[in-house]
This record gives sequence, structure tokens and C-alpha cells, in this order.
Amino acid sequence: MTQSVVVQVGQCGNQIGCCFWDLALREHAAVNQKGIYDEAIGSFFRNVDTRVVGDGSSISKGKICSLKARAVLIDMEEGVVNEILQGPLRDVFDSKQLITDISGSGNNWAVGHKVFGSLYREQILEKLRKSAEHCDCLQCFFILHSMGGGTGSGLGTFLLKVLEDEFPEVYRFVTSVYPSSEDDVITSPYNSLLAVKELNEHADCVLPIDNQSLFDIISKIDLVVNSGKLGPIVKPNSLVTSGGTAFKKQHKKPFDAMNNIVANLLLHLTSSARFEGSLNMDLNEISMNLVPFPQLHYLVSSLTPLYTLADVNIPPRRLDLMFSDAFSKDHQLIQADPKHSLYLACALMVRGNVQISDLRRNIERLKPSLQFVSWNQEGWKTSLCSVPPVGHSHSLLALANNTCVKPTFIELRERFMRLYKKKAHLHHYLQVEGMEESCFTEAVSSLSALIEEYDQLDATKSLPVEDVQRLSIAV
Amino acid sequence: MSIVTVQLGQCGNQIGFEVFNALFTDSQSSQGLCSKRENEAYQASCKERFFREEKGVPIARAVLVDMEPKVINHVLSKAAQSGQWKYSQHACFCQKQGSGNNWAYGYSVHGPKHEDSIMNLIQKEVEKCDSLNGFFIIMSIAGGTGSGLGAFLTQHLHDHYSNALKMNQIIWPYGTGEVIVQNYNSILTLSHLYRSSDALLIHENDTIHKICAKLMNIKQISFGDINQVLAHQLGSVFQPTYSVEGSFHYRRNPLGDLMENLVPHPEFKMLGVRNIPQMSENSLPYSTFTWAGLLKHLRQMLISNAKMEEGIDWQVRPPLPGLPPLGKMSQNREQHFNTSLANLVILRGKDVQNANLEGFKDPALYTSWLGPDEAFTVWKTQRAFSRYEKSAALVSNSQFFVKPLDTIVGKAWNMFASKEAWNYARVHGTPGPAPPQTPGGDSRVRPLLTTGLAAWGTVVRGRVSEVCAELSKQ
Repeated sequence: MTQSVVVQVGQCGNQIGCCFWDLALREHAAVNQKGIYDEAIGSFFRNVDTRVVGDGSSISKGKICSLKARAVLIDMEEGVVNEILQGPLRDVFDSKQLITDISGSGNNWAVGHKVFGSLYREQILEKLRKSAEHCDCLQCFFILHSMGGGTGSGLGTFLLKVLEDEFPEVYRFVTSVYPSSEDDVITSPYNSLLAVKELNEHADCVLPIDNQSLFDIISKIDLVVNSGKLGPIVKPNSLVTSGGTAFKKQHKKPFDAMNNIVANLLLHLTSSARFEGSLNMDLNEISMNLVPFPQLHYLVSSLTPLYTLADVNIPPRRLDLMFSDAFSKDHQLIQADPKHSLYLACALMVRGNVQISDLRRNIERLKPSLQFVSWNQEGWKTSLCSVPPVGHSHSLLALANNTCVKPTFIELRERFMRLYKKKAHLHHYLQVEGMEESCFTEAVSSLSALIEEYDQLDATKSLPVEDVQRLSIAV
Repeated sequence: MSIVTVQLGQCGNQIGFEVFNALFTDSQSSQGLCSKRENEAYQASCKERFFREEKGVPIARAVLVDMEPKVINHVLSKAAQSGQWKYSQHACFCQKQGSGNNWAYGYSVHGPKHEDSIMNLIQKEVEKCDSLNGFFIIMSIAGGTGSGLGAFLTQHLHDHYSNALKMNQIIWPYGTGEVIVQNYNSILTLSHLYRSSDALLIHENDTIHKICAKLMNIKQISFGDINQVLAHQLGSVFQPTYSVEGSFHYRRNPLGDLMENLVPHPEFKMLGVRNIPQMSENSLPYSTFTWAGLLKHLRQMLISNAKMEEGIDWQVRPPLPGLPPLGKMSQNREQHFNTSLANLVILRGKDVQNANLEGFKDPALYTSWLGPDEAFTVWKTQRAFSRYEKSAALVSNSQFFVKPLDTIVGKAWNMFASKEAWNYARVHGTPGPAPPQTPGGDSRVRPLLTTGLAAWGTVVRGRVSEVCAELSKQ
């Protein structure tokens, strides 16, 4: 089986990472009752004998001794990483996996990308190589970061290029948290736009996420839980957090519940590669099926059901609802409406007690309400993983390569232009060595080119679907 | 004579398991409704074909190949759990990372890289046969490993074992909702197999799914259910039958006999299976069958191109001789009547000697260049198959696949011609050091795809027009 390495950059990336490792441990603990280190656990963790002094050589078989996350934690300030190291997860990381600084990137993409990028390049590379050496078949890097700040956005995208140069055969999947319009960082439009160019050029797949959507989803769950309509058998937040402790945390830190959604997204995305199922979907199948052209690699995701009743037998209506919800705009992890836009491709990844006939019935049912691009009218990719998320009977992750991401990009460009026209705050960037005005203009044109691509696809929406004239063959 | 099965990819391995399980369970069943002596001969014949023995335990004559380990591990343990038969631990080949639904990956990367190891495993299994009849290669054509590696291996089996017969069990993808690049993968596979395989036995997922829903009455259909129906169909064809009517001697050369009868021309080697009866365990006790009834349905299923006994169009009749040929008008309209090149009917069960097969001997069912004497064969055995007192299977080489093939070629062409090719040529993600394939990937796959499309355009058109021309001559 293959392994993945998670690279978490900046405050947001590390917070999401923290939730992810918590959930990943819980999930494998629930599935693997015997405590034997197997290939499924091995995809995210290595088994280390900590009694051995030094690097702690990996053990490939037998009992679990001490699990270490396949992760590299990067932040240019110490707060979040220190918190992780003092928290319950401290044992899954060691100091060799960390890179921190004390000064921070000051919400400046240029500081993260140019200053810290060149300063820490070798050190980062060293840690990445080390983590890669611990894998016997490294398939994918997951980069967790946010777009609005300085470190995640700047250094996170710098890292993408490093990964591309050093590990050209390993996939780079990025979960990027986009700032919402009421973002408290004034320079976030600059940072995001500069980061978008790097994502366009160096990522294999980007899963865009915005805070507003996460917040709305949390509110909706709270509403249902508090209304009491569902009675006492409801497991509050059991998709968002798989254990009870995280639920308590949610009230302490609002971001925790939101980060948990992203962590769940990653767990679900990799579930079919880690666990058995009757229709497997490996990570390399995601880009193969969902990315028709290299630039169009933004996938809109949705996770359903947001909450599930505790009964084990699935009433069919409930199951079908899970599929319908996955296409509604309230359940997307960015502000987007895939149902009223154009699909280039769509993947349905199902976990738990769901069979192929359930999938087919729902595809047949939903297909008429969705619009697909002319050359891919039946653009579905499906997978069935037999292991459900902890505490649930079934769940669904829908990934859509859909023109509905366009408004997010257009809005980002508008917010950028508002600042850029006045050249506000620009000097902070330009005083950084290696930063020139052309960096901004190139980033804008990269984003505009992407928007243009989506525009062209949208323009085909109203056209009738026609078969292309076949090759004529002299018989 | 023995058959070595090669199970490829997730689909091939899951189905392979069900096939061996069905074959073994049936051969051990006490409900054979025949004499002890006959039953023993049947068992021995089944065993010689599909199993060998190691320390008293039957071992499937199979080589399991996949590019990732999960499915093979699962299948191995399921077989071991059956307590009746096993796979050999040493007949498995898997890697860590799958082909990612990319035909090019299976064919151009994994194939050459693992050729020696896999061919070696096959060689070892072949050496364990007293005499080799041929190969079953079970694969889907939608994904990357079954399709790409399957095409590659079939070609190499063709080169290395020129005297052994190669029969590919092809799993045709659902029309929608399996793999987005399935149409590319399918035509690339088919165009390659057409050169190296002796016969392609096609099973369509959509059809089997319908059988599960309508005939087997399964509410929530799983891949397990689908694969069991498929295994039943294959078992009904490849379990032993008499070599001479009324004797207890079972056919020694099943693949050779089958191809001799069903593949009269190397251009036409796509075969389909139809079975009757197929029903759920619950309805079986309330049903009785007569050979006349079963065969009447089976014949109508053939000529109206119905894949199962429900929803048969009884209006379809063979063209009457002497009337204006249908062929001329049918160029553009839906062809209702399904012309056959060759048919094989396999009857199993009680009073099999009394079955009347005149309905299949009508020359109007066949082309003008092959009459019923050459084009129709029947195999029989008194030994009942599976749970059915009487059952019939029909393997036919007919026009049935023209439409599904045309659809796949059309969809692939639409995708290909729309803009640049799909991500296809971007052979990406090879583990290990930078692969030499990467730079050449683009230029190598694209012409393949174009020739694949062109070749299939020719076959579809060629076949339609040829059969129509034959019809018009009548």
C-alpha cells in the first residue's frame, strides 16, 4: 500500500492538521481493535520503537509500539506548534518533524514566500526527504494551508514548487482555506491572489474551502442539535468530530469545529485508498478522472450527511437524502452552487453500508438535474469503501470539477483590484527582496486566465449537445 | 486438459474468486440429480480443468495479478475461509500503487516493468498442468490495471504460448458512473485484444445488474451479487459436458471445442452468454421447467437480442426466405433481428436427451455463408448445474455487441475530439526514480488512441455492413 505525507503550514494549516491527526488516530483505533500495525495505519503513521536511541527505527510488522505521524509541521511563529507539542498529540510528532521561527510572516505573502522560502529551503527539504525515506511507496503530499495570511500562503506555496522539483512523481493535493469577505487581515486579497498563481502552476489538485461555508455548516448542525427535534438519539457533531472530547472543545474554540470538517474531508478522501471496499479508488484515480486539463484542477467538495441518526439500519429515504444533499449549495465547503453550473466531472466516494445499486439509483435520479460538459455527459467516478466513519453507518464525499468555483475567483480578483488600484499596502511587499510589481501583474493574469477558461466552458452550457463528427474510414 | 486463469485488477480478482467458488461448490454439490458414477466423473473433470491438489487441498489453477495489495489479500483470505479450496500463496503478484484508471499506465509502465515476474508465475502454474488447454483472462476494460496490463499480458501469452488458447472474460463497464475515462480505456483494450486473443466473452455490468434486480429479486445489489451471477453464467458454460452424447466421458478440450464452433472467422470473436432460468432461491421451489419452454424462451432471447428472460420482444421473427431482404432497409434503422454467426447451446439436467433443438437449426438465424450445420452446436450433460433441475446456456457470436461498442466508440471520440486529449497522456505518478516513460508518454499514447478509435470505427462499420450485405443476399 502507498503512504502519504501531510505538510501543514502556518497557523491555519497546523490547526487543521492537529484535528486531522486526532481523528485519524481515532479512526484507526476504532477499525484496528487488535493493535497490530498494518498497511492501513501505515498510510499515515509509522510504527517506531522509541526505546531505540536516535532516529527510532521504523518497525513494519507486529504490535503497535509508538505511532509517529507522517507529517512535517511548519510555522514561522511558535504558538500553534508549541501548543500541539504540549497537547494530547505530542507523542505523534517529534522535534525532527518541525520547523519554526519566532518572527512570523506578518500577514505578508512576500515574507513567507521570498524571505522564509530561501532561508528555510534546505531545512524544509531535509525534513521532507527524511519523511519520504520513511515511506516505501510515497504517493501523495497533502499540503494544508490558508490563502489569506503570510506563512501558509507564502511559504506553503513556495513549498509546492520545491515538492514539484524534488518529488516530481508524487502527487501534490492542497487544501486551501480561502478568506471570507469579512476577513480581518487587510492584506488577504494580495496574499490569496499571489498564492493562486502558485496553486495554478504547481498543484495537482486543489480542494478550496472557505471559512464562511464551514461556519454556516456548523451553525446548521448546532441548530438541529439545539432544536431537539431529533430526540436524544442524535450524536451531536459525529461527522465533524468523531469523539466526545472534541465536542466540548468546540465551545471553547469556534475554529476547532470548522477545522474538524476539513480534517474529515481528508480522512474521507483517503478512506478508499486505506481501507477495503468493493470498488476501490486510489488517490491517483482522483486526478486521472477529475482533472480533464492540467489547469482545471479545483475540486469543490461536500460531505454528507452532516448529522446522522444513531440507528443502524438505513431507512432508504435517509440514504437518498444523503446523495441529494451532496449537490445542494448549503453543503459545499466553498460558497458555490454546482447544481446551477457546469460539471466537468464528478466523483462520489461512499463509505459504509451502501451498495452499488444505491449508487446507481441515485446517479440516475440526480443526473437529470445536473448539467455536464458536452464531451463528458456521463462524467461520474464512484467508489465504495466498506469502512464507515467512526460512529456512523455511511457517509458520502462528493467531489465536483465544476465551473461554480469561478465566482470565488472573480470575487477574489475584485477585492484585490480594490486595494491594488490605490497601491495600498503595496510597499510592504515591494520592500521584500525579490518582490517586484510584475509579481502582482503576473498573478492577476494567471487568475484571469483561469477565470477565462471557466467562462469558455460556461459559454457551452446553453449550446445543444452534439456528437462530434466521427472519423470517416475507408473500408 | 487444464485451464489456467489469470485474474487481473480489482474486478478480475473479485470475479475470479466467485467463479472458482461457484465451480467448486457446484462440483461438490449432492444435488446433481444423476448417478454416483456420473457425478464422480463430472467432479474429476471439473477438477482437472480448474483445480490441482496440494496436500489434499484443492488449489485453484490461477494467477492473481493486481497493482495494489488490498483486493488480492481479501480474496486470498476469503478462499481460505471457505475451508474447501484455496489459492496458492505463491501465485500472486501485487505492487503497492495501482494504475490510477490509466490504461497507458497499465500497458506501457506496469506491463514492461513486471513482465518477467508475472510471466514467470504463469509459467509455474502452467508447469503444474498435465496438459494445458488454454488461458482464461478475467479483466474489466474500464480501469487501468485490468485493461492496460490485461492487454499487455494477453499479447505476451499470445507470443509465448502460441499453441494454447486465450479467452478473455471482458467486463463491460456500466454506461455511466464507473470511471470517467472508461471509454478511452475500453477501446484501447479492445483494439489490442482483438489482435492477440482467440475469443472475447463479454459480460455487461448493466445487464447483470438488471438480472440481479429483475430475476434474482435482490433489493440492495452489491458487487458480490453481480459477481455471483457472472460466476454462475461462466460456470454454466465451462463446467464439464459429455464429449459424446450418452457417455460418461467428459469433454477434454473445452476451449478448443468452443472456439472451433463459435469463432468461424478471426474477425468475429466477440461472444455473449445468455442463461435460463435464473431466479432467486425463494421462487425456485414454486417453479417447474420443461425443455420446450426453456428453449423457446432462449431462442427468442437470441433473435430479439434480449439479455434476460424478462421483457423479451416476442414480435421479432427471423426474416422469411424469398421476401425482400431486410438488410437494405436496415442500414439506418434499428435492427430488431439479431443475426448469428454461430451458436452453442449447453443443456444441463434431467431428461436432457429429450430436448428438441430444432428451433436453433433454422437457417434464417444465420448468415448465408455459414449454415446451421456448421454454425450450431449443442453440449449436454445429465448432471444438473447449481440449484436448477434443468438449465440452459447459450453462447453466441452474433450482432449483439455492435450497439454497445458503437456507443463506447462514440463517447470516446466525443471526448477525444472535443479539445485536447483528456489528461491521458500525462503518465504521471510512477513510484521510484524519474521514469523514462514520462517524456514519451504523450507522443506514444495519443497515436495509440487515434488508431484505437479508427480501428474500432472500422470493425463496427465493417461488421454492420458485412452482416447487412449477407442479409441482403438472402
